[in-house]
Amino acid sequence: MELDPLLLSRLQFAFVVSFHAIFPVFTIGLASYIALLNGLFYKTQNPAWDRLALFWTKIFAVVFGMGVVSGIVMSFQFGTNWSNFSQASANFLGPILSYEVVTAFFLEAAFLGVLLFGRGKVPQGVHLFAAIMVAIGTFISSFWILSANSWMQTPAGVELIDNSFHVTSWMAAIFNPSFWVRFVHMGMASFLTGGFVVAGVSAWFLLRNRDVEANRKALSMCLWLLLVLAPAQAVVGDFHGLNTLEHQPTKVAAMEGNWETRSHVPLLLFALPDQEAQTNRFEIGIPSLASVILKHSPSGVVPGLTEVAPEEQPPVALVFWAFRIMVGLGFVMIGVAIVGAILRKRGTLYTNTLFHKTLIGMIVTPFIAVLSGWVVTEAGRAPWLVYGMMSHAEGLTPSLTGGMALFTLIGYVAVYAVVFWAGIYYITKVVRNGMLPEDEREEIEGEVERPSRPLSAAHTPFDDADPARS
Amino acid sequence: MEMFDLSLIWALIIGFGVIMYVIMDGFDLGLGILYPFAPDEESRDVMMNSVAPVWDGNETWLVLGGAGLLGAFPLVYSVFLPALYIGVFLMLAGLIFRGVAFEFRFKSRKNRRWWNRAFCWGSAVAAFAQGAVVGAYIQGFAVEDFAYVGGALDWLTPFTVMTGLGLMCGYALLGATWLIMKSEGHVQDWAYRITPILLAAVLAVFMAVSLWTPFVNPDVWARWFSNIEMIWIFPALAMACAFLVYRSVQKRSDGLPFVATLGIFIFTYLGLIVSKWPVIVPPNYTIWDAASAPESQLFLLIGVLFVIPIVLTYTAWTYWVFRGKVKVGEGYH
Repeated sequence: MELDPLLLSRLQFAFVVSFHAIFPVFTIGLASYIALLNGLFYKTQNPAWDRLALFWTKIFAVVFGMGVVSGIVMSFQFGTNWSNFSQASANFLGPILSYEVVTAFFLEAAFLGVLLFGRGKVPQGVHLFAAIMVAIGTFISSFWILSANSWMQTPAGVELIDNSFHVTSWMAAIFNPSFWVRFVHMGMASFLTGGFVVAGVSAWFLLRNRDVEANRKALSMCLWLLLVLAPAQAVVGDFHGLNTLEHQPTKVAAMEGNWETRSHVPLLLFALPDQEAQTNRFEIGIPSLASVILKHSPSGVVPGLTEVAPEEQPPVALVFWAFRIMVGLGFVMIGVAIVGAILRKRGTLYTNTLFHKTLIGMIVTPFIAVLSGWVVTEAGRAPWLVYGMMSHAEGLTPSLTGGMALFTLIGYVAVYAVVFWAGIYYITKVVRNGMLPEDEREEIEGEVERPSRPLSAAHTPFDDADPARS
Repeated sequence: MEMFDLSLIWALIIGFGVIMYVIMDGFDLGLGILYPFAPDEESRDVMMNSVAPVWDGNETWLVLGGAGLLGAFPLVYSVFLPALYIGVFLMLAGLIFRGVAFEFRFKSRKNRRWWNRAFCWGSAVAAFAQGAVVGAYIQGFAVEDFAYVGGALDWLTPFTVMTGLGLMCGYALLGATWLIMKSEGHVQDWAYRITPILLAAVLAVFMAVSLWTPFVNPDVWARWFSNIEMIWIFPALAMACAFLVYRSVQKRSDGLPFVATLGIFIFTYLGLIVSKWPVIVPPNYTIWDAASAPESQLFLLIGVLFVIPIVLTYTAWTYWVFRGKVKVGEGYH
């Protein structure tokens, strides 16, 4: 069997970026939450806020460290597997991605150390300021990354001269047509992720009657946040869809499983798209609803996949189903948030164990939803790497063979499997340790100054055989 | 735009970043390589503790270098990475493993043996891969029409294996002299004992590379025997530093062996640069051929000039806070 370097490179990139994305998606939401907790502590001086802030800062440190480790590979992968793309797009993507690194450096050098290790050593106001700056920093980082990705989806502000993009307008290129909806959609996804993780962990503590006061506060806050954000995300998602319909109609056609350009397009709940036959083999849908959502009228004409040649269509089944997973989970999240509001009204929010167990199960859902969303937008862009201007095949490293790509694909899977296992295992240890009792915290505060090494901020032993602590 | 040669400024910035990375990550990779040979677990703790506060700050220079290359010299990025495909993977895998091992070793008792191995192997593989990159750079790449056209393992030749092993010895020497500076008692004694051996190995490689290079790349040889006699000052200074390492170890100086070893690295690096200048993607492309568009170089320059002083200040502060000896049994955690 001939190994296809293009397919293997795409799989490898999808694997590495998905694996990496799990961490920043969480840290962006968590950083803002930690800043909020520090702010509440500053304002009220209630030690419960401080305990929560300290606990979640430890988790943040480990997740941030994992994100940095997995991100190193990303910065080299453009060159190893997509060298033609790197060479062609370097004039724009080079500075943009470098600015992300510069931001992260600045953040790490200046504020992360103060946030992680400055508690009790710097004035409370300075510590709060550092927490806010870290939260802002995570958004600036995602700003650059999403600008780069949006530009690949809806390129603007450049012209193609001799196989190389030259920037004609930095403003037009950075704030390209799909940037803002993507940025808002992703920012809210990060908040939803942070919200569901914190809610789930708080519920876990409440089920075990540990640090009840602080965890009730955390759970209550999260559920207010989710009650607003989960429905709002559906609205933003709709705007995102309309934006995609305008700029990348083929992607929307794949999301809806709509082959022919026509009016009265049904909203398909279930279908088996058959790319070879260019039709759906089986479908269940709500008549005309897709036309209503996309064109605000049952007779609205929605473009179909067959507007472009079959080789210019994305993998329809993948996009179709990933989209349904994302939207489905979004509705589950809205439902859980509403149930939380009803329980709050009944006064059983802190005692309903079934709801608490549900929240623990919900921890994984925002991660799955985010990854599905990225599959929709990335696979939906296929066969384009830079939409309408450069295809995946054109961007691939010319010297790359299938064997080389397979070797590194297996290698990265193996490396990440070990790192991921160690990281998740360690985070669950930190969570189980919970919020440290007062006497142990003294010891930590008395330690020497040291720079911002994220993983060192958590003091939980890795295994159980440590006689000093367990 | 005509006032400044942006490509030249960027070459200086990247060149500075590379040497910062090499000397700073060099000594902590070197300690990883020396790890299995340490006399006991106690000295391993000292070795780890001596670099624990600074190692990840050292590696940030690598990331800045990678991103800066894409922004300023995309041709380097899009030729070196495909040409060194397997080597780059090995280096990244090595760096990831040792980074994770570093943190979890401290938090581990039962699994410590495994994290020790990950730390040692990760360091050794990363150091070898970096040395092989230097060798591949001396060799040059098969490039046609601004794209790499060679095979997956073209970079792996007897010459690059030697430069890979050579850099492992060099990093080990940096690690040993760093340990002299940062330790005392039996750990320091051990470091004093191994330094001359490592120095001899480094000098042997130094000689071998010098003699071998004309067969690998005649252009470099021609450069050295052209009429620019000034460039001989770099190998001369490197040899003087090597002598200084030897003398200062005999006198059991504390800090001088490390400083002199830094000298060896810096002058060898400068010697390597003058052998190639201004070619950045050998054999054919100069820094001006490899450059991105001037507006892109300028756009990125503003941010980098802003952040480099901050990173340097922060780095200096870190080293200042952790100055002095690491004592046996003095836990980092």
